[in-house]
Amino acid sequence: MMELDQSGSVLREYGSEQSLLSRPDGSSTFVQGDTSILAGVYGPAEVKVSKEIYDRATVEVLIQPKMGLPSVRERAREQCVRETCEAALLLTLHPRSSLTVILQVVHDDGSLLSCCLNAACMALMDAGLPMNHLFCGVTCAISKEGQITTDPTARQEKESRALLTFALDSVERNVLMSSTTGSFSVHELQQCIAVSQKASEQIFQFYRDSVKRRYSKIQ
Amino acid sequence: MRDTPLSNCDRLFLLKAIEEKKRLDGRQTYDYRNIKITFGTDYGCCIVELGKTRVLCQVSCELVPPKDSRPTEGIMFFNLELSPMASPAFEPNRQSELLVLLNRQLERCLRNSKCIDTESLCVVSGEKVWQIRVDIHVLNHDGNLMDAASIAAISALSHFRRPDVAIQGRDVTVGSYLLVDPCEREERVKDGLLVIAMNKHQEICSIQSSGGIMLLKDQVLRCSKIASIKVSEITELINKALENDKKIRKEGGKFGFAESMPKERITTLKRDKAPVEMTDVKETANDIVNRTETTTEVASVPSPVLVATGTAQVGEGIVNSWGLDEDEEDEPLTEDRKTDEVMIISDSEEEEVVILNEEAHFTTLLLRMRVYPDARRLTGTSSAFPTVERARP
Repeated sequence: MMELDQSGSVLREYGSEQSLLSRPDGSSTFVQGDTSILAGVYGPAEVKVSKEIYDRATVEVLIQPKMGLPSVRERAREQCVRETCEAALLLTLHPRSSLTVILQVVHDDGSLLSCCLNAACMALMDAGLPMNHLFCGVTCAISKEGQITTDPTARQEKESRALLTFALDSVERNVLMSSTTGSFSVHELQQCIAVSQKASEQIFQFYRDSVKRRYSKIQ
Repeated sequence: MRDTPLSNCDRLFLLKAIEEKKRLDGRQTYDYRNIKITFGTDYGCCIVELGKTRVLCQVSCELVPPKDSRPTEGIMFFNLELSPMASPAFEPNRQSELLVLLNRQLERCLRNSKCIDTESLCVVSGEKVWQIRVDIHVLNHDGNLMDAASIAAISALSHFRRPDVAIQGRDVTVGSYLLVDPCEREERVKDGLLVIAMNKHQEICSIQSSGGIMLLKDQVLRCSKIASIKVSEITELINKALENDKKIRKEGGKFGFAESMPKERITTLKRDKAPVEMTDVKETANDIVNRTETTTEVASVPSPVLVATGTAQVGEGIVNSWGLDEDEEDEPLTEDRKTDEVMIISDSEEEEVVILNEEAHFTTLLLRMRVYPDARRLTGTSSAFPTVERARP
């Protein structure tokens, strides 16, 4: 059986800023260590007729890489984020409209997908869109020795045997989305989910604190 | 999403204000908005904020074979992108008129003016040269994208590898009244635009007038004078930002975007590195696995039963419900005989009740197939559907 290393399970220092862009309806930047994502949300807004859905809003997620044009990797990540957003948002409240989430990669130093998810959630909160629950992303890396590291850096990701990213909801701590690469056992998968659930509590507390801070001046 | 048009009242109000030498944000006509340059942890990466306009720039390089016509010159590549984040009117991956205009102007200003010595990018003549790629993403559009983009490009290029870069700045004007650094709304009421690119030695690198306005000689001269002042101010700012970044890097201090996040705002929050508690993780994981394992053991997967050649059955009801008769399974069935016996009494496409007429008794067969004779004809052989053959001589 693999051993869990206590030193590997840390979340890097993280921070966020909301409403930093003037044009989008909601915007945020989320920083995890050196990884940084800028998110902007437009919506509910007019939708193209071809993309219109008669009973709910159309969610679009765009991930813009820092260098070059978006490729298949970005498309895959977009899909992960979109499906998570669709699960969290109350889309039926805005039929025949569009919600667009644009994520700009500012710096990639590992755990990019989880940072994307967190930035998207903060931006959706800033836009004031009604949601079932909040969500957050946690990335776990399993090293060759079987150690589980949360929120890995790019270097740790490269050295790892498997990489698992989960999106968790804030109410039941259920898994909304999972994206994995590499090989791992069932035990390791369950451990990673358990670790992610623990880590998610801190992120949700962070969401709570940031909202509290933001509305502290409103009596 | 289409852009919301500017209403006539807004337009008139803006024009009236400009006439009275007043601007929406309280600036004077020749004032620039605040410029903030932030460098990232990577070399050649910066974010430039010009008021609310925000631009991200990243410089990268690659070794490539040079162009045949210029074997000793490196390649400069500019890619300005209007991200849909900047404005709802910007669509992803679409070459809009504005995008082409901005890209072309940036190229003219930075490549064609030879502000970067492309010959110094040559590694082996005719074989390998550096290709410098400048990616500029517009993150928020609040007017004067050209200035923000060029400041970002120059800052990032100087930050990148410090090749031979001469610093340039620019200046933008509006209509019959002259305005410097217009914001987005002011840009909408403009009659025309005059863009002047100047290097730090106050030499003009390019002038572009667009929008079809007629400019008098002294207007152009006055603009270039304003530009020269602004350029020296911006150049100084860029140099200061670069020096600052260099100093912090040398001292081993913290740098990058995370550090430049304003801490005093109520919209920002930062958390320090925090450990994740993992004490009972192993137990929970084992618990879940054990619980699931017991259930999988109960449900054993049955091995498939071969009823006849070409068939297999898995699951409950090992006895064939289709009424297979072992004796007759190999007996070939002719087409005409079958049509005699089979009588289709339902045209339902989902399920069909087929009654096979026999000597003494009727057997009802439920077939999950569209039309039985057709299916048979398609497969051609009788052994493909041995279970429905029940003919007795």
